[in-house]
Amino acid sequence: MVEMSTTLSGRRLANPLMTASGCAANGQELHRFFDVAGLGAFVTKSVMADPRSGRDTPRMAETPSGMLNSIGLQGPGIAAFVEHDLPWLASVGATVLPSIAGGSSTEFAHVAAALRASPAFGCVAGVEVNISCPNVANRGLVFACDPLASAKVVALVREQLPRDVPIFAKLSPDVTDITTIAAACVKAGADGLTMINTLLGMAIDTDRLRPQLGGVTGGLSGPGIRPVAVRAIWQVRQAMFEGRIPTVPIIGVGGVRTGNDALELVAAGASAVQVGTATFNDPSAPMRVLAELTELLETKGFASFADVVGIAHVR
Amino acid sequence: MSDLVTQPVSPGRRARVTQEQAEVIATRRVGSYQHLTLVAPGVAELARPGQFVALAVGGESSSTLLRRSFSIHKVSPSGTYGGTVEIVVSAVGAGTRWIASRQAHDLIDVVGPLGRAFPLPTEPVACVLVGGGYGSAPLFWLAAELRARGCHVEMVLGAASEDKLFGVTLARRSSDGVTVTTDDGSAGQRGWVSDVLPEVITSSGAGVVYGCGPMGMLHSITEIASAHGAVAQVAVEESMACGIGICMTCVMPVVGNDGLTRMVRSCVEGPVFRGDRVRWDAFSGSGAHVPPDAVGAPRTGGH
Repeated sequence: MVEMSTTLSGRRLANPLMTASGCAANGQELHRFFDVAGLGAFVTKSVMADPRSGRDTPRMAETPSGMLNSIGLQGPGIAAFVEHDLPWLASVGATVLPSIAGGSSTEFAHVAAALRASPAFGCVAGVEVNISCPNVANRGLVFACDPLASAKVVALVREQLPRDVPIFAKLSPDVTDITTIAAACVKAGADGLTMINTLLGMAIDTDRLRPQLGGVTGGLSGPGIRPVAVRAIWQVRQAMFEGRIPTVPIIGVGGVRTGNDALELVAAGASAVQVGTATFNDPSAPMRVLAELTELLETKGFASFADVVGIAHVR
Repeated sequence: MSDLVTQPVSPGRRARVTQEQAEVIATRRVGSYQHLTLVAPGVAELARPGQFVALAVGGESSSTLLRRSFSIHKVSPSGTYGGTVEIVVSAVGAGTRWIASRQAHDLIDVVGPLGRAFPLPTEPVACVLVGGGYGSAPLFWLAAELRARGCHVEMVLGAASEDKLFGVTLARRSSDGVTVTTDDGSAGQRGWVSDVLPEVITSSGAGVVYGCGPMGMLHSITEIASAHGAVAQVAVEESMACGIGICMTCVMPVVGNDGLTRMVRSCVEGPVFRGDRVRWDAFSGSGAHVPPDAVGAPRTGGH
């Protein structure tokens, strides 16, 4: 048997498989297909301070091996999240990685504080900080495209949470040099990094000859972007090996559909793997990928998952 | 009128769903559509009229990831081949063309049953069932359930032209009266279902109007039903990426019991809604706007 546990900044998870934020709602829907407590961690949809309706429809466009989405962070707001969603996840025994978002660094801090105050906070194994959202104070430029703005959010969120609860900054690939943003986040107190968020894209409806999405642009996801995720993880892990960035765990996400896909991200440097868009195709994809990855490592003769993390850098 | 209609499906029952590799055992052309029969005993056992199935396109390495959703036309829980589920496919894009071109013995990955079923009246009131194009697919099964409860059932089927009607003969067997309309007059009365619906409601004294079809048609059904003191229950056709409530793409503005408008998922809160709860004013062309008075209406974006 392959030892599949993984440790993220001092937190041991039973296995490295997670849902991806925004691709799993908050658990109850997927719990009809598999026990969400069986995941290494359940990553919730990014929650902001207040309830949000999200954007106009259409909100999606199918692309070759993927899709564009323009949801607009629809959600119940942090008060409803800590009152309903988090306690439900705790009640079924799930290990949770809540994803938080904000339109300002102070909103991020407020959401983190409300999360910490929740009676169900005990199920939280870490917090993912979705810095790929627009900064209201800076003409809507996403935090994750600016090292200073990213660092400010991370520092403020870090202050709000207990030291033993790691925070993971979720990075956008839509930057010139992702290692610069990664370094800024780690120096500001991020205990780990999640890579990658969606790529900004757009589709034209050729019948109407106008943008297909109600929100005009959208986030590109799915197997089509997997090489981008592998590249980003590789570059940041390489920078850690070279001492340009302090070594912290990376949670890989982007286009994972099979155990073999997951292995690519792990070999590039990911200590955990999230399954996102593939879940729309196969509701039990996160658990299937876990089974496939486990079998793959067994076949290849590895004793433990940890032995494979970043292995492509030393071969 | 609201207490006339109750939700027939308990939360525990609604929560049950299956994923099956379904074998195609029959496929035939019906007018402009393809009628597929799939062996899916799990779905067949659980499904109620108005619920739908979400089908994967291509195999496990297909580059077309998003499922295509179809309302369930018929279930036979204990057929010769095990329980079967029937759907009607309009091949309009690459995904639906792939599904429509499956042959006998091919396998299709099916998730279902999904969504809320049509609520059934607790009293044997007269009902009118209105279908636009292949939107009529789930109505025959509904008609049988209603008649079993002693309801008088009228059906109104409309389409652009005769080849785009679905189930006219079946409607004659399934109901107490059928009215057909086509835009071009190639079958039945020339015109829209909304032209004949007021008379059908009036003459039958219907208390409930069920509808399935394009949004514009569902809007007019709702207005006509309301004007005649009837409740409209409409099944919407929204494009969905997942069908199971996790992607948030199939949302539409609907008024809740508290009077507030929210962008709700048509796959889990729907596909059947009370027509007078839908914010028809927000729909335009290809989608729906978030009404300014909706809970959490837009400030800034983010994806």
